[in-house]
Amino acid sequence: MTGYTATVTVRLEQGVLDPEAETTHRALERLGFELSDLRAADSFEIDLEADSTAEARERVTEMTERLLANPTLHDYEIEVDRR
Amino acid sequence: MTVAVVQFGGSNCDRDTVQALSALGVDATRVWHENGLPTDTTGIVLPGGFSYGDYLRAGAMAARSPVMDAVRAAADAGTPVLGICNGAQVGCEASLTPGAFAVNRGARFRCEHVHLRVENADTPWTRAYEPGAVLEFPIAHGEGRYEPGADGLTELTAADRILFRYCDPAGRTTEAANPNGSAGNVAGILGERDNVAVMMPHPERVSLPDIGPTDGRGVLQAFT
Repeated sequence: MTGYTATVTVRLEQGVLDPEAETTHRALERLGFELSDLRAADSFEIDLEADSTAEARERVTEMTERLLANPTLHDYEIEVDRR
Repeated sequence: MTVAVVQFGGSNCDRDTVQALSALGVDATRVWHENGLPTDTTGIVLPGGFSYGDYLRAGAMAARSPVMDAVRAAADAGTPVLGICNGAQVGCEASLTPGAFAVNRGARFRCEHVHLRVENADTPWTRAYEPGAVLEFPIAHGEGRYEPGADGLTELTAADRILFRYCDPAGRTTEAANPNGSAGNVAGILGERDNVAVMMPHPERVSLPDIGPTDGRGVLQAFT
Protein backbone atom coordinates (compact mmCIF):
# COMPACT_ATOMS: atom_id res chain seq x y z
CA MET A 1 0.00 0.00 0.00
CA THR A 2 1.21 3.47 -0.86
CA GLY A 3 0.06 6.79 0.50
CA TYR A 4 -1.63 9.11 -2.00
CA THR A 5 -3.15 12.54 -1.85
CA ALA A 6 -6.00 13.17 -4.24
CA THR A 7 -7.01 16.73 -4.98
CA VAL A 8 -10.62 17.04 -6.10
CA THR A 9 -11.70 20.31 -7.69
CA VAL A 10 -15.45 20.78 -7.95
CA ARG A 11 -16.84 23.70 -9.91
CA LEU A 12 -20.16 24.76 -11.36
CA GLU A 13 -20.69 23.62 -14.92
CA GLN A 14 -20.15 26.29 -17.50
CA GLY A 15 -23.31 28.31 -17.92
CA VAL A 16 -24.61 27.74 -14.39
CA LEU A 17 -25.05 31.08 -12.66
CA ASP A 18 -22.63 31.65 -9.75
CA PRO A 19 -23.85 34.70 -7.77
CA GLU A 20 -21.10 34.35 -5.15
CA ALA A 21 -18.37 34.45 -7.80
CA GLU A 22 -20.04 37.46 -9.44
CA THR A 23 -20.15 39.26 -6.09
CA THR A 24 -16.49 38.46 -5.46
CA HIS A 25 -15.63 39.66 -8.95
CA ARG A 26 -17.37 42.98 -8.31
CA ALA A 27 -15.68 43.37 -4.92
CA LEU A 28 -12.26 42.98 -6.52
CA GLU A 29 -13.16 45.62 -9.10
CA ARG A 30 -14.29 47.94 -6.32
CA LEU A 31 -10.83 47.51 -4.81
CA GLY A 32 -9.40 48.80 -8.07
CA PHE A 33 -8.29 45.51 -9.66
CA GLU A 34 -8.84 44.83 -13.34
CA LEU A 35 -10.02 41.34 -14.24
CA SER A 36 -11.91 39.71 -17.11
CA ASP A 37 -13.67 36.94 -15.22
CA LEU A 38 -13.65 35.07 -11.94
CA ARG A 39 -14.74 31.50 -11.29
CA ALA A 40 -14.99 29.95 -7.85
CA ALA A 41 -14.34 26.28 -7.13
CA ASP A 42 -14.20 23.98 -4.12
CA SER A 43 -11.05 21.98 -3.56
CA PHE A 44 -10.81 18.85 -1.40
CA GLU A 45 -7.56 17.11 -0.48
CA ILE A 46 -8.04 13.47 0.39
CA ASP A 47 -5.26 11.35 1.85
CA LEU A 48 -5.67 7.62 1.33
CA GLU A 49 -3.74 4.35 1.14
CA ALA A 50 -4.06 2.37 -2.09
CA ASP A 51 -2.22 -0.26 -4.15
CA SER A 52 -1.88 2.00 -7.17
CA THR A 53 -2.61 5.45 -8.52
CA ALA A 54 -5.41 3.91 -10.57
CA GLU A 55 -7.04 2.39 -7.50
CA ALA A 56 -6.73 5.66 -5.58
CA ARG A 57 -8.30 7.53 -8.48
CA GLU A 58 -11.14 5.05 -8.78
CA ARG A 59 -12.03 5.33 -5.10
CA VAL A 60 -11.83 9.11 -5.09
CA THR A 61 -13.97 9.28 -8.25
CA GLU A 62 -16.65 7.32 -6.45
CA MET A 63 -16.41 9.63 -3.41
CA THR A 64 -16.78 12.62 -5.70
CA GLU A 65 -19.77 11.25 -7.56
CA ARG A 66 -21.52 10.05 -4.41
CA LEU A 67 -21.06 13.20 -2.34
CA LEU A 68 -18.55 15.91 -3.21
CA ALA A 69 -20.12 16.97 -6.53
CA ASN A 70 -23.75 17.24 -7.57
CA PRO A 71 -24.01 16.04 -11.17
CA THR A 72 -26.85 18.48 -11.90
CA LEU A 73 -24.60 21.44 -11.12
CA HIS A 74 -20.97 20.47 -11.17
CA ASP A 75 -17.96 19.38 -13.17
CA TYR A 76 -14.96 17.96 -11.37
CA GLU A 77 -11.28 17.18 -11.82
CA ILE A 78 -9.19 14.77 -9.80
CA GLU A 79 -5.41 14.80 -9.46
CA VAL A 80 -3.65 11.99 -7.63
CA ASP A 81 -0.11 12.32 -6.24
CA ARG A 82 2.04 10.04 -4.14
CA ARG A 83 2.22 11.40 -0.66
CA MET B 1 -50.91 6.04 11.76
CA THR B 2 -48.55 8.95 12.02
CA VAL B 3 -46.79 11.45 9.83
CA ALA B 4 -43.08 11.35 10.61
CA VAL B 5 -41.43 14.78 10.58
CA VAL B 6 -37.79 13.81 10.26
CA GLN B 7 -35.49 15.92 12.39
CA PHE B 8 -31.82 16.25 11.51
CA GLY B 9 -29.24 18.21 13.47
CA GLY B 10 -30.01 21.78 12.38
CA SER B 11 -33.64 21.23 11.36
CA ASN B 12 -35.69 24.08 12.81
CA CYS B 13 -39.15 23.88 11.24
CA ASP B 14 -39.98 20.43 12.62
CA ARG B 15 -42.09 21.70 15.55
CA ASP B 16 -44.00 24.16 13.35
CA THR B 17 -44.75 21.36 10.90
CA VAL B 18 -46.06 19.05 13.61
CA GLN B 19 -48.22 21.87 14.96
CA ALA B 20 -49.62 22.74 11.52
CA LEU B 21 -50.43 19.09 10.80
CA SER B 22 -51.97 18.60 14.24
CA ALA B 23 -54.22 21.62 13.64
CA LEU B 24 -55.57 19.78 10.60
CA GLY B 25 -56.28 16.73 12.74
CA VAL B 26 -53.31 14.80 11.37
CA ASP B 27 -51.35 12.72 13.85
CA ALA B 28 -47.75 13.85 13.44
CA THR B 29 -44.55 13.19 15.38
CA ARG B 30 -41.04 14.51 15.29
CA VAL B 31 -38.64 11.67 14.54
CA TRP B 32 -34.91 12.00 15.21
CA HIS B 33 -33.24 10.72 12.04
CA GLU B 34 -30.99 8.24 13.86
CA ASN B 35 -34.05 6.47 15.31
CA GLY B 36 -35.44 5.60 11.88
CA LEU B 37 -39.06 5.81 10.77
CA PRO B 38 -41.79 4.51 13.11
CA THR B 39 -43.41 1.31 11.85
CA ASP B 40 -46.80 3.03 11.63
CA THR B 41 -45.52 5.85 9.40
CA THR B 42 -48.22 6.93 6.96
CA GLY B 43 -46.54 10.09 5.69
CA ILE B 44 -43.17 11.81 5.84
CA VAL B 45 -42.13 15.45 6.00
CA LEU B 46 -38.54 16.57 5.54
CA PRO B 47 -38.78 19.91 7.34
CA GLY B 48 -37.01 23.20 6.86
CA GLY B 49 -33.89 24.34 8.64
CA PHE B 50 -30.17 24.15 8.13
CA SER B 51 -29.35 20.48 8.48
CA TYR B 52 -25.66 19.91 9.12
CA GLY B 53 -25.09 23.65 8.89
CA ASP B 54 -25.56 23.50 5.09
CA TYR B 55 -22.05 22.02 4.93
CA LEU B 56 -20.86 21.18 1.41
CA ARG B 57 -24.23 22.06 -0.14
CA ALA B 58 -27.60 22.67 1.51
CA GLY B 59 -29.14 19.27 2.18
CA ALA B 60 -26.15 17.26 0.96
CA MET B 61 -25.32 15.62 4.28
CA ALA B 62 -28.88 14.85 5.40
CA ALA B 63 -29.62 13.38 1.96
CA ARG B 64 -26.98 10.74 2.59
CA SER B 65 -27.97 9.81 6.13
CA PRO B 66 -29.24 6.25 6.65
CA VAL B 67 -32.84 7.30 7.35
CA MET B 68 -33.10 8.44 3.75
CA ASP B 69 -32.96 4.82 2.56
CA ALA B 70 -36.14 4.22 4.56
CA VAL B 71 -37.67 7.44 3.21
CA ARG B 72 -36.87 6.34 -0.34
CA ALA B 73 -38.38 2.90 0.24
CA ALA B 74 -41.52 4.47 1.73
CA ALA B 75 -41.78 6.87 -1.21
CA ASP B 76 -41.45 3.95 -3.63
CA ALA B 77 -44.25 2.18 -1.75
CA GLY B 78 -46.53 5.18 -2.26
CA THR B 79 -46.24 6.93 1.13
CA PRO B 80 -46.72 10.70 0.79
CA VAL B 81 -43.38 12.49 1.19
CA LEU B 82 -43.06 16.30 1.33
CA GLY B 83 -39.78 18.22 1.45
CA ILE B 84 -40.11 21.84 2.59
CA CYS B 85 -37.27 24.36 2.10
CA ASN B 86 -34.19 22.59 3.50
CA GLY B 87 -36.27 19.42 3.15
CA ALA B 88 -36.67 20.25 -0.55
CA GLN B 89 -32.92 20.62 -0.86
CA VAL B 90 -32.53 17.27 0.90
CA GLY B 91 -35.09 15.72 -1.45
CA CYS B 92 -33.26 16.85 -4.57
CA GLU B 93 -29.86 15.88 -3.14
CA ALA B 94 -31.32 12.44 -2.40
CA SER B 95 -32.74 12.20 -5.96
CA LEU B 96 -36.30 11.86 -4.66
CA THR B 97 -36.95 14.74 -7.04
CA PRO B 98 -34.86 15.87 -10.04
CA GLY B 99 -32.60 18.90 -10.26
CA ALA B 100 -30.90 20.91 -7.54
CA PHE B 101 -31.28 24.09 -5.52
CA ALA B 102 -28.41 26.56 -5.96
CA VAL B 103 -27.50 29.91 -4.42
CA ASN B 104 -30.16 32.58 -4.99
CA ARG B 105 -29.56 34.74 -8.06
CA GLY B 106 -29.03 37.82 -5.87
CA ALA B 107 -26.61 35.92 -3.58
CA ARG B 108 -28.76 36.96 -0.61
CA PHE B 109 -30.93 35.15 1.87
CA ARG B 110 -34.56 36.02 1.08
CA CYS B 111 -37.09 36.03 3.92
CA GLU B 112 -40.43 37.41 2.79
CA HIS B 113 -43.90 36.56 1.53
CA VAL B 114 -44.19 35.64 -2.14
CA HIS B 115 -47.04 34.74 -4.48
CA LEU B 116 -47.35 31.29 -5.99
CA ARG B 117 -49.48 30.17 -8.91
CA VAL B 118 -50.92 26.67 -8.80
CA GLU B 119 -49.73 24.96 -11.98
CA ASN B 120 -51.14 21.49 -11.52
CA ALA B 121 -54.16 21.18 -9.23
CA ASP B 122 -54.57 17.48 -9.90
CA THR B 123 -52.12 16.23 -7.23
CA PRO B 124 -52.52 15.28 -3.56
CA TRP B 125 -50.60 18.47 -2.66
CA THR B 126 -52.70 20.89 -4.68
CA ARG B 127 -56.15 19.42 -5.04
CA ALA B 128 -57.44 21.86 -2.40
CA TYR B 129 -56.74 24.71 -4.84
CA GLU B 130 -58.20 25.82 -8.15
CA PRO B 131 -55.87 25.53 -11.16
CA GLY B 132 -54.15 28.88 -11.64
CA ALA B 133 -55.04 30.06 -8.13
CA VAL B 134 -52.64 32.65 -6.67
CA LEU B 135 -51.52 31.89 -3.11
CA GLU B 136 -49.38 33.76 -0.62
CA PHE B 137 -46.61 31.79 1.09
CA PRO B 138 -43.49 32.77 3.03
CA ILE B 139 -40.02 31.88 1.85
CA ALA B 140 -36.80 31.93 3.88
CA HIS B 141 -33.79 30.63 2.01
CA GLY B 142 -30.39 31.45 0.59
CA GLU B 143 -30.19 28.48 -1.77
CA GLY B 144 -33.53 28.23 -3.50
CA ARG B 145 -32.69 28.80 -7.15
CA TYR B 146 -34.07 25.75 -8.87
CA GLU B 147 -31.68 24.34 -11.45
CA PRO B 148 -33.38 21.53 -13.33
CA GLY B 149 -30.34 20.44 -15.34
CA ALA B 150 -30.25 20.07 -19.11
CA ASP B 151 -33.75 19.54 -20.56
CA GLY B 152 -35.08 19.21 -17.03
CA LEU B 153 -37.55 22.05 -17.25
CA THR B 154 -38.95 20.84 -20.56
CA GLU B 155 -39.40 17.34 -19.17
CA LEU B 156 -41.01 18.54 -15.93
CA THR B 157 -43.36 20.82 -17.84
CA ALA B 158 -44.31 18.13 -20.34
CA ALA B 159 -45.05 15.66 -17.53
CA ASP B 160 -47.04 18.27 -15.58
CA ARG B 161 -44.76 17.86 -12.57
CA ILE B 162 -44.54 21.55 -11.67
CA LEU B 163 -46.74 22.28 -8.65
CA PHE B 164 -46.14 26.00 -8.15
CA ARG B 165 -44.42 28.90 -9.88
CA TYR B 166 -43.47 32.23 -8.31
CA CYS B 167 -45.74 34.95 -9.68
CA ASP B 168 -46.93 38.48 -9.03
CA PRO B 169 -50.25 39.14 -7.23
CA ALA B 170 -52.04 38.96 -10.59
CA GLY B 171 -50.58 35.51 -11.30
CA ARG B 172 -48.01 36.60 -13.89
CA THR B 173 -44.75 34.64 -13.68
CA THR B 174 -42.47 37.62 -14.20
CA GLU B 175 -38.74 37.92 -13.53
CA ALA B 176 -39.48 40.52 -10.86
CA ALA B 177 -41.73 38.04 -9.04
CA ASN B 178 -39.00 35.39 -9.02
CA PRO B 179 -37.25 35.80 -5.66
CA ASN B 180 -34.28 33.55 -6.31
CA GLY B 181 -33.80 33.15 -10.07
CA SER B 182 -35.35 29.68 -10.27
CA ALA B 183 -35.60 28.30 -13.80
CA GLY B 184 -39.11 28.87 -15.09
CA ASN B 185 -40.04 30.53 -11.74
CA VAL B 186 -40.40 27.00 -10.36
CA ALA B 187 -41.20 26.92 -6.62
CA GLY B 188 -42.29 23.31 -6.15
CA ILE B 189 -42.18 20.06 -8.12
CA LEU B 190 -43.29 16.46 -8.02
CA GLY B 191 -41.10 13.38 -7.94
CA GLU B 192 -41.52 10.66 -10.51
CA ARG B 193 -44.85 9.88 -8.89
CA ASP B 194 -47.20 12.38 -7.35
CA ASN B 195 -46.87 11.08 -3.80
CA VAL B 196 -43.48 12.85 -3.58
CA ALA B 197 -43.18 16.64 -3.66
CA VAL B 198 -40.65 19.29 -2.72
CA MET B 199 -41.09 23.05 -2.44
CA MET B 200 -39.04 25.98 -1.16
CA PRO B 201 -41.97 28.04 0.26
CA HIS B 202 -43.27 27.10 3.72
CA PRO B 203 -46.88 25.81 3.84
CA GLU B 204 -46.60 25.11 7.57
CA ARG B 205 -46.04 28.81 8.26
CA VAL B 206 -49.38 29.77 6.69
CA SER B 207 -51.57 27.10 8.21
CA LEU B 208 -52.69 28.35 11.61
CA PRO B 209 -55.71 30.74 11.57
CA ASP B 210 -54.62 32.29 14.88
CA ILE B 211 -51.49 33.77 13.35
CA GLY B 212 -52.67 34.83 9.91
CA PRO B 213 -53.54 33.50 6.46
CA THR B 214 -53.94 29.78 5.87
CA ASP B 215 -53.07 29.30 2.21
CA GLY B 216 -50.62 26.54 3.16
CA ARG B 217 -53.22 24.19 4.59
CA GLY B 218 -54.06 22.85 1.16
CA VAL B 219 -50.59 21.39 0.73
CA LEU B 220 -50.65 19.69 4.13
CA GLN B 221 -54.11 18.27 3.47
CA ALA B 222 -52.35 15.65 1.35
CA PHE B 223 -51.71 13.92 4.68
CA THR B 224 -55.35 13.90 5.80
